Amino acid sequence: MTGMTTPSGLVLPRYPRPGAEALTPVGFPDYRSTASRAPLLAPVDLPQRLTEVTGPLLGEGRVTAADADLTRQHEGEPQGQRIIVHGRVLDGDGRPVPDTLVEIWQANAGGRYRHVVDNWPSPLDPNFTGLGRTITDGQGRYRFTTIKPGAYPWGNHHNAWRPAHIHFSLFGRAFTQRLVTQMYFPDDPLFFQDPIFGAIPGSARHLAISRFDYEQTQDNWALAFSWDIVLRGSGQTPFESDDDGDVA
Amino acid sequence: MSARTTPSATVGPYLAIGLTWDDGPSAVEPGTPGAIWLRGRVLDGAGEVVPDAMVETWQADPDGRFDHPDDPRGARARPGFRGFGRSHTDSGEYAVCTLKPGRVPDGEGGLQAPHVDVSVFARGLLDRVVTRIYFADEAEANAEDPVLRSVPADRRGTLIAQPTDDGYRLDIRLQGDGETVFFAL
Ligand SMILES: [Fe+2]
Repeated sequence: MTGMTTPSGLVLPRYPRPGAEALTPVGFPDYRSTASRAPLLAPVDLPQRLTEVTGPLLGEGRVTAADADLTRQHEGEPQGQRIIVHGRVLDGDGRPVPDTLVEIWQANAGGRYRHVVDNWPSPLDPNFTGLGRTITDGQGRYRFTTIKPGAYPWGNHHNAWRPAHIHFSLFGRAFTQRLVTQMYFPDDPLFFQDPIFGAIPGSARHLAISRFDYEQTQDNWALAFSWDIVLRGSGQTPFESDDDGDVA
Repeated sequence: MSARTTPSATVGPYLAIGLTWDDGPSAVEPGTPGAIWLRGRVLDGAGEVVPDAMVETWQADPDGRFDHPDDPRGARARPGFRGFGRSHTDSGEYAVCTLKPGRVPDGEGGLQAPHVDVSVFARGLLDRVVTRIYFADEAEANAEDPVLRSVPADRRGTLIAQPTDDGYRLDIRLQGDGETVFFAL
């Protein structure tokens, strides 16, 4: 990790802020809930100091191996298409982030969450909670077994449906790297009308979509999707363009 | 080889499924000597309580130290102290049990005032919003804190928690009159 030496000689890691083309805005008019919740005043710039370049290193005690298999948390198996979701957690330099907590939650195969405020007419599955946790390995890898979540309606606009997605929460190693996001599936026909997906800047939307991974499918058992998650790191400088020549 | 940062998304209304920990609010066990409760409401632009937010806190220990290898002074663990708290607001407010942080170097030869870094996640926020909690009974330290000084004087009060019977209280106003100062990291 490259560092920054402060005038008093403290050498700190750097987590430069990506440019606006890489950041989902906090508020987005088509997403109705933002209207009364997203702040209206411009944020104040906070130079990163010790509190921002450190963060909770939440380890083993918080998960068991069973937490990474969402299909084995009840007596029976859940309904739906069994899938493996795997990938790596990296920083902006492409370096793995090892030993970091990954938390996921999702709807069941019919698009229903096990939550008191979700009561649309699709049944709960007695064999599915929809909660997973794991810690990345030494190479930053994570792996969950679950079922493919269904799409669900949500009332944001007429006939509004969320594309199938899995919620992810990550810590990295610094307060600055904290990330809560959603992973989508390739070629979802609902993307066009979803303001949560649509709020992501156009050139960054593909970064939220997993890849079908035939190599990792398991014969007679499960399909597989691969998704790498990149946390903020020293590889990016503000307003610098991306690495793959994509200027769309 | 640089890689592009994964974009954020809202935590949504069902965060409690994935992000509930029994010990979430306990940066220290309640009853620990010196333990304080940080409490407050999260309010929306209409002044309504936001009951489906999550507030996370990260801070130094009472000596101003972090249990983290990237602290150039060295990592220092304090048994029983996690430095991190996570509280949902389904009861109408957040509540984190912790120790009051000490002063932390500001990187410019001075010291920051005692502070807690705060992330707020909620339905309707497509990214977290970040703020800080300072303490009203640290007026001298607050007056020389470089972050507080960078905030317009008439808005500093939105960051300063007031003493209570068992700790401190600070409401977080997401929007509108008295909007909390949020920071761009
Ligand atoms: Fe969702």
